[in-house]
Amino acid sequence: MASLKELKGRINSVKSTQKITKAKQMVAAAKLRKAQAAAESARPYAGRLATVMASLAGKVGGKDNAPKLLAGTGADQIHLLVVANSDKGLAGAFNSNIVKAAKAKAAELTAQGKTVIFYLVGRKGRAPIQRDYPKAIAKHFDTTMVREPGYAEAEKIAAELLEMFEAGKFDVAHLFYSKFRSALLQEPTEQQIIPVPAPKVEAVGAGAGAAVEYEPDEEEILAELLPRYLKTQLFGALLENAASEQGASMTAMDNATRNAGELINKLTIQYNRSRQAAITTELIEIIAGAEAL
Amino acid sequence: MLHFELVTPARLVRSEEVYMVVVPGAEGDFGVLEGHAPVMSTIRDGAVKVYKTAGATPEDIQIQGGFAEVGDKGLTILAEHVES
Repeated sequence: MASLKELKGRINSVKSTQKITKAKQMVAAAKLRKAQAAAESARPYAGRLATVMASLAGKVGGKDNAPKLLAGTGADQIHLLVVANSDKGLAGAFNSNIVKAAKAKAAELTAQGKTVIFYLVGRKGRAPIQRDYPKAIAKHFDTTMVREPGYAEAEKIAAELLEMFEAGKFDVAHLFYSKFRSALLQEPTEQQIIPVPAPKVEAVGAGAGAAVEYEPDEEEILAELLPRYLKTQLFGALLENAASEQGASMTAMDNATRNAGELINKLTIQYNRSRQAAITTELIEIIAGAEAL
Repeated sequence: MLHFELVTPARLVRSEEVYMVVVPGAEGDFGVLEGHAPVMSTIRDGAVKVYKTAGATPEDIQIQGGFAEVGDKGLTILAEHVES
């Protein structure tokens, strides 16, 4: 049985762990609110752009001279998996869920005889992917220096992806991130980003714009909007990821705090029992000594 | 009055009723008043001039990477960067 001093030490160490998890939980709750607000305010732009893209893609998409970003390279051999993770841990299964989804896709593609390469965003996805695919990591985008991934990062990532696409390094790109449903639920999501999947045309939007004038013309506008649409999608994914990370972190830390509380209760009971046992033993010794006189 | 909206990826910058907006289109500037025909146009980097009322001094908003759409609901400008 552990000595009294040892028990006391353990109780104290669990208590300080609990303090840390509790603090992290409160920080995550505050950050979650901010991240959610950021995701909220990004919606109007994304929504408008998607509507415009839908009507344009509907007009140009069928033609032979559709931009490469929309029509694809014509091949389907090399797949790039863009995996967006966070830089910090303490967020439960948040990062491993995304990595798991990406690995499942990679295994599926490899089984079909395709080549798979990775483009990693954030620090936490690197180690587990490198373990399984040590030579397939094409690029690692470092986000450790930025506090909150924003539009500037999305722009840089998009530029690098476009450069790789132009150079013919891949044919299809998939994006993996975690969709924010609620603080309790985050869904690892896969989304094809290149070639750009045409947004669904809303019947109302297409019908109302009877005679829209285009300046310069549809093709050129579309060619300019496609990279922008890609950026917006990446930006949206980064924001969703940020909110998901905080949500997952909050839940995980809440659990950790509760577990620590339970452990403290158990250890305290054990501590009190051993203390009583020690006192009883001492009393018996004294009484026995007194009686012997 | 013309309903004018200016949106960036990060937020909705403007949503207001104005008299006229002069947009630096890729193929030349054009002014948008109420009831303008539907247009979609890319925008040069430069200043969008917003006239709150007829004859008022215009307010300049510097934008980069813009796209303008005129529809039934008014003028919407999507811009990647806005300085105001």
